[in-house]
Amino acid sequence: MHELSVTESILKIALQHAEKANATRVTDLHLVMGELSSMVDDSIQFYWEIIAKDTIAAKAVLHFRRVPAELQCTSCSEKYRLNNGELVCPKCNSAGAKILAGEEFALESIDVE
Amino acid sequence: MTRNITVVENILNANDRLAQENYARLEAAGVFSINILASPGAGKTSLIEQTLPRLKNKLRVAAIDGDIATSIDSDRAAAAGALAAIQINTGGDCHLDAVMLHGALEKLDLTQFDLLIVENVGNLVCPANFKLGTHKTILVASVPEGDDKPYKYPGTYRGVDVLIINKVDLLPYVNFKMDYFERGVQALNPGVTTFPLSCTTGAGLDAWVNWLIENTQR
Repeated sequence: MHELSVTESILKIALQHAEKANATRVTDLHLVMGELSSMVDDSIQFYWEIIAKDTIAAKAVLHFRRVPAELQCTSCSEKYRLNNGELVCPKCNSAGAKILAGEEFALESIDVE
Repeated sequence: MTRNITVVENILNANDRLAQENYARLEAAGVFSINILASPGAGKTSLIEQTLPRLKNKLRVAAIDGDIATSIDSDRAAAAGALAAIQINTGGDCHLDAVMLHGALEKLDLTQFDLLIVENVGNLVCPANFKLGTHKTILVASVPEGDDKPYKYPGTYRGVDVLIINKVDLLPYVNFKMDYFERGVQALNPGVTTFPLSCTTGAGLDAWVNWLIENTQR
C-alpha cells in the first residue's frame, strides 16, 4: 500500500522541477527502480492516474528503468547477481556480500513542454 | 517543444529528511529509541510486554505502537508498565513513516523518558524502506515463521542493528534449521547482534534487556 505515498512524492518532485523550468506540461517521467527497492510499478502507474489528474503532469507517461541487484563477495571480491535468493558467493561459496546495485529508487529526469 | 530536465532525486528524500529531524529531537532530549520490526505474530508486543517489567525502576519508557487499526498493542504496552503509550493507526498503510513518528513525538514530553520503543506495523517488506529516525532498528524473527525468511526478505534483514530470534522454546517441534537461517543472516548482515529468546519461558530475555539498558545509558 505504500505506493500511494510514494507516488505523491514522485508527483511533488516532478512538479517542483517542472515549475523551476517554466514548463506548461510534463509529458514523461524517467524513474529508476532497483530490484531490491520493493516498489511495484503497476501500482505507481495506477495511483498516478488518480493523483496527477488536475496537474500539468496529468497525462505524463511513467518509464521505469529496472536495475538488477548486484552483489560483491566480501571474501573474494567476486561480483555476482542474486540467484533465486541464494546469498552465497558462486565462486568461493562464502556468505557475506556488499550490495553494489539494486537499491535505487529515484526520479532521474522528466520531459516537459 | 519537449525538453528533458535532469532531476536525479531520491523519491524517499522527504521521509529521510524528516527522519533526521526526529533523530535530532530524540538525541537532544537524551532519549534512546528503537524501532521494532517483525512479521505479524512474531512477538513484537509480547517482547515489549516481557521487557517493560524488567526495566521497572531502571528506565522511564514511552511506547509508540503502529497498527492498521485498534489500540490493542498500546493498551498492552501501558498495562506492562510504559509511562506513556501512543497508538498510531495508519488506516491501511503497511508501515510507519517519519511523518507519523513526528506527529506522535509531538504528543510526548520527551524530557520525561529515557527510552522510546516504537513498534512498527507487522510486515517484513515495507517498514525497511521508511526510516523513522530512531537510534537502532530491532528485528524480531520467530522460529515458527520458518528458517527461509532472511532469504525472502533480504531488505529487512540487511538493515537491522539487532536480531531477536523469538519462540526458541518451539525449536524441538518445528522444522527450523538454525544453521540455514544463520547462514542467510550472516550473508546479509555479518556480525549482527543476536539474541535467541523465548517470551513464553523467559529464556534469553536478560541478555536482551541488559543490551537495552546499556545502550540507553550510553
